[in-house]
Amino acid sequence: MTETVSRPVGARQVPLPLDVEAIRADFPILSRTVRDGKRLVYLDSGATSQKPTSVLDAERWFYENVNAAPHRGAHQLAEEATAAYEAARTTIGAFIGAPENEVVFTRNSTEAINLVAYALSNAATAKEPEFRRYAVGQGDEIVVTEMEHHANLLPWQQLCERTGATLRWLGLTDDGRLDLSDLATVVNERTKLVAVTQQSNILGTINPLGDIVARAREVGALVLVDGAQSVPHQRVDVTELGADFLVFSGHKMLGPTGVGVLWGRYDVLDALPPFLTGGSMIEVVRMEGSTFMPPPQRFEAGVPMTAQVIGLAAAAEYLQRLGMDAVQAHEEALTEYALAELQAIPGVTVIGPPDTVARGGAISFTVEGVHPHDVGQVLDDLGIAVRVGHHCAWPVVRRYGVPATTRATFYVHTGYDDVDALVEGVREAQRFFGVAPSEVK
Amino acid sequence: MQLQSMYQDIILDHYRNPHGRGLRDPFEAEVHHVNPTCGDEVTLRVHLEGETIADVSYEGMGCSISQASVSAMYDLVIGKSVTEAMHTGEQFMTLMQSKGNATVAEELEDDLEDAVAFAGVSKYPARVKCALMSWMALKDASARALSTTNEAN
Repeated sequence: MTETVSRPVGARQVPLPLDVEAIRADFPILSRTVRDGKRLVYLDSGATSQKPTSVLDAERWFYENVNAAPHRGAHQLAEEATAAYEAARTTIGAFIGAPENEVVFTRNSTEAINLVAYALSNAATAKEPEFRRYAVGQGDEIVVTEMEHHANLLPWQQLCERTGATLRWLGLTDDGRLDLSDLATVVNERTKLVAVTQQSNILGTINPLGDIVARAREVGALVLVDGAQSVPHQRVDVTELGADFLVFSGHKMLGPTGVGVLWGRYDVLDALPPFLTGGSMIEVVRMEGSTFMPPPQRFEAGVPMTAQVIGLAAAAEYLQRLGMDAVQAHEEALTEYALAELQAIPGVTVIGPPDTVARGGAISFTVEGVHPHDVGQVLDDLGIAVRVGHHCAWPVVRRYGVPATTRATFYVHTGYDDVDALVEGVREAQRFFGVAPSEVK
Repeated sequence: MQLQSMYQDIILDHYRNPHGRGLRDPFEAEVHHVNPTCGDEVTLRVHLEGETIADVSYEGMGCSISQASVSAMYDLVIGKSVTEAMHTGEQFMTLMQSKGNATVAEELEDDLEDAVAFAGVSKYPARVKCALMSWMALKDASARALSTTNEAN
């Protein structure tokens, strides 16, 4: 088999900001092998991230030393569990520049978005007048974008179906960016809320939130930012964001599964009725009716995922030690290298911005003549874990006329050796399916 | 490398040169099935003459496994009665649940012909659905075609 491809000029390996070898030693799973003894090349952090020892230790510490239900019970363990849970809230709030009373724990980003969507429709029927301020109903509009993850699309579709409101959306340009040419008409005086992702999970695009927030402010609409793919990978400060809500998932930022965050401006949260009701979130309960706690407790019914919250605080501290600016610079260097190397392979097309301008580290691509599932299978055989499919963003793959893509995502333990393995794996897939560069027509 | 165990030459041949591809008339039932985890799709028509499957025609997009599976299925079921074809489908299901057990594949070899080449797929749980999608579509379409035919009679 002859290689007809020359190395691209732009594929430079600048020194990486993070010490990859030292960081890898913090992740026990990276020392295991897969598929008959091969080194695990984990390029699927966008789906879920691996966990450093400090996160695992934090959860274990809680269960071995403190375990009790927070905010109930008069015993010492209950006091310590409450203190640990609330200290974690402060830590996680500080990670995004938010005071602790604006941090609501949910199961994940999906639940956080559903919380807001259901609160907005519950507002329409709330018996308390103070909860009706943000009620959504007929004649109102909700705005999303065509690049949203299903988690930031379906809750709004469903909200509109429940309330008679209308769903509108901003489209995409051919190079994987938001088409803001009709922003002024799509976001208008009927708009009640704009829900937009900060970083696309499939295209990698980092969106110009400032323009969108400014337009939403002009018309008095709320803004919800999906930070599931941004909070783990770049510094996000809610005081600079200008939005009303930010959601993110713990498991995508080195934390445990089962915990996510809804950040909301206090005055907005305070005007919303609850989504889930039950224990922990009540003020007074009578058979005839009940009153609720102020935020954040109003939105945390039931015994919370305490150990996961404590694990997430440890993850935030781990990332803070590395420095989020360094994390972003690290991934940008890898992305620049990977984009150059991948796009130099004949038959490979990147779906999304082709360069690192306003772009994160999610790289989706297609390989001419090889279905993404088959690309993923060849990579898996080499020990390389990627995601294949529509990435819970079906409208995006439809928009770009492909059935699915192969997606590689990077994180703090990713090095150039991982990218090289990916690039060689893609070439191997081409050889295996008989569409190697020299054979491409 | 274990890849060859999944991607047998027979599978790659069916993938590159699918048998029976394209939607044709006449037909008594048409179904559209998708694999929601990956977006693979197949549109499949069944034409019955009495109880016999006279034609299965299809269009679809998807990975090599899903596309090769529908092609191999086409070869297996044309000319069979619906009951026989459903039995073959059950045998194929057994193969897909065999987790790579060679004995199961050997026992089914005579009945499943080319389709026994999919035995390697059964070792990869994520890909079993790819191989089964067309069989699910056939089951669905055949049942509808039968009820249509019965109503007509």
